[in-house]
Amino acid sequence: MKPRIAVHKFSSCDGCQLAFLNLGEDLLRLADMVDIVHFAEAGMLDEEGRVAIAFVEGSIATRADIERILQVRDNCDYLVTIGACATAGGPQALRNLADASGWLADIYATPEYLDMLGKSSPVREYVKVDLELWGCPVNSRQVVETVRSLLFGAMPEQSQEKVCMECKRRQSVCVLVTKGIPCLGPVTRTGCGALCPRFGRDCYGCYGPAETPNAAALGRRFAGLGLVPEQIANRFLNINSHTETFRKEAERWTPGHDE
Amino acid sequence: MTQHAFLPRHKFDDLLAQLRQSGYRTLGPVLRDGAIVYTDIAAVEDLPAGVTVNAQPGAFRATPGDSPRLFAWANGPQALKPVVFKPVETLWQAQPGAGGELEFSAAVPIDEPVAVLGARACDLAALKLQDRHFLNGEYRDPCYMQRRRQLFLVAVNCTHPASTCFCASTGDGPGASRGYDLLLDELDDGFIVAAGSDRGAQIAAALCLQDATDAQRREADEAVQRAAAQQTRSIPPGDLHDPLLARRDHGRWLEVAERCLACGNCTQVCPTCFCNSEHDENFLDRDGSVHVRQWDSCFTAGHSYIHGMVIRSETRHRYRQWLTHKLGSWHRQYGRSGCVGCGRCIVWCPVGIDITEEVRAVLENIDDF
Repeated sequence: MKPRIAVHKFSSCDGCQLAFLNLGEDLLRLADMVDIVHFAEAGMLDEEGRVAIAFVEGSIATRADIERILQVRDNCDYLVTIGACATAGGPQALRNLADASGWLADIYATPEYLDMLGKSSPVREYVKVDLELWGCPVNSRQVVETVRSLLFGAMPEQSQEKVCMECKRRQSVCVLVTKGIPCLGPVTRTGCGALCPRFGRDCYGCYGPAETPNAAALGRRFAGLGLVPEQIANRFLNINSHTETFRKEAERWTPGHDE
Repeated sequence: MTQHAFLPRHKFDDLLAQLRQSGYRTLGPVLRDGAIVYTDIAAVEDLPAGVTVNAQPGAFRATPGDSPRLFAWANGPQALKPVVFKPVETLWQAQPGAGGELEFSAAVPIDEPVAVLGARACDLAALKLQDRHFLNGEYRDPCYMQRRRQLFLVAVNCTHPASTCFCASTGDGPGASRGYDLLLDELDDGFIVAAGSDRGAQIAAALCLQDATDAQRREADEAVQRAAAQQTRSIPPGDLHDPLLARRDHGRWLEVAERCLACGNCTQVCPTCFCNSEHDENFLDRDGSVHVRQWDSCFTAGHSYIHGMVIRSETRHRYRQWLTHKLGSWHRQYGRSGCVGCGRCIVWCPVGIDITEEVRAVLENIDDF
């Protein structure tokens, strides 16, 4: 019998699930190797089926999310979060930093139907997670390495070094040094292939904090580049605002914050 | 005595043509993405004519200008290292054989011979150190060796050091004295060409050039002397092994760690850093795997990971490891400092940490430890 896998969606944009759908020929190989029993975006629907690997996209943001994630955990051997939402609360965790209740009536005609939790949380705050894949979105290479390793019975090796290392290996020219733009590459976890700097853009940290991140030094450098405190704070409060490293650095540059 | 010929500016393409005719792929400096980078060049128009460079700690600005000069700039982030020591390279692969057993096969590099135009004295000195690491040890690196043997070097004496350059203090520049096939000095109306090898002499002879005049040679020498005199940074001379290792507990290591991002950029642009790591990449269908080597850095956790722990877990340990190895332990390991004074680690550090400043702080503030 082939191993069974599932891809679940919680509070998210569906973008990380595309890492599976964009696999190309590997998607056909994957379909030969495993039974994909639940993957709503691809058409398979068996949310409560027992699986070897459950991939989870999205953060926990409603009470229904909590019930579902407990069930997913019970029904799988390995629970793997995919993407910034499931791993770090996602962009929607920005509401954790504000009183979001007042926004609801501005957006929804009948907000009483909403069943929101007080904050958007990574999956690990509710259930045990075996492996976390960072990124907004994750890419197909991460997904393939994970599936292959887990089917071999080994935890995949995940580099936590900085984006800069991959940027230099690809012989990209440093955008911070040549353009003076606020690149987060020196504090951000690798894995994306230095995608933004390769196209002349400054990294915005979508893979979350790297190992030994020195966000304080980079924040000071951004100030030296001419960014005002609010801009520096917003630089860190983007995709991964719920991570301690980025949130604390943002607080340092938030007016009224006591150092 | 080396013969010095003169290549008029309008005949520069003849040199490129001669190299290509001799079977070389030609790489040279171009202005791309705001920096001087080495890539394929087809004609003289590809070279950064008139470009000048303002390099400061943590900042590099290349500005186009009207001068016809092709080499009036200080170095960009890379030169020769990525040509011979590939940033990412497959070493071998494993596949199931006919009987189900594993079969291993070495990946043989198929790179064509390369001629690099524009290397500076610091780059040549660094290449010599890379050679010592990859070729002169007990285990020769076949991938490196194949590319190195086929490498043709057209060096250019440096007349425009950046504020961050200090090759004069390490004794590696700004003029090149060895390690090239051809050496150019750029003058207003052309180039003095000197051969440093038999194959260099063959290329030079095929160009059918006139001898350079004494006045031209004097002008070139003076330009190199001026370039040396312009440099303001320096590294303390001599073997720094003992004084640096005696200051392992100096307070400056912690102080620099507050600024250091541990991003590894200094090691990636350093032309003598050779650290690398290896890993396997499995094919999804379990039909094989490739074993890949890539540039590593003593600023990553993986670099000092042994079973169960990271030895240098904090940035102060990693910066100390880098600086004391580069300027200290290298003397024991390779008989000289690992620094050639190119200043790349200063320019391409996102926060502009200056190795010349840090080493002086560690060596001079003796009261702190």
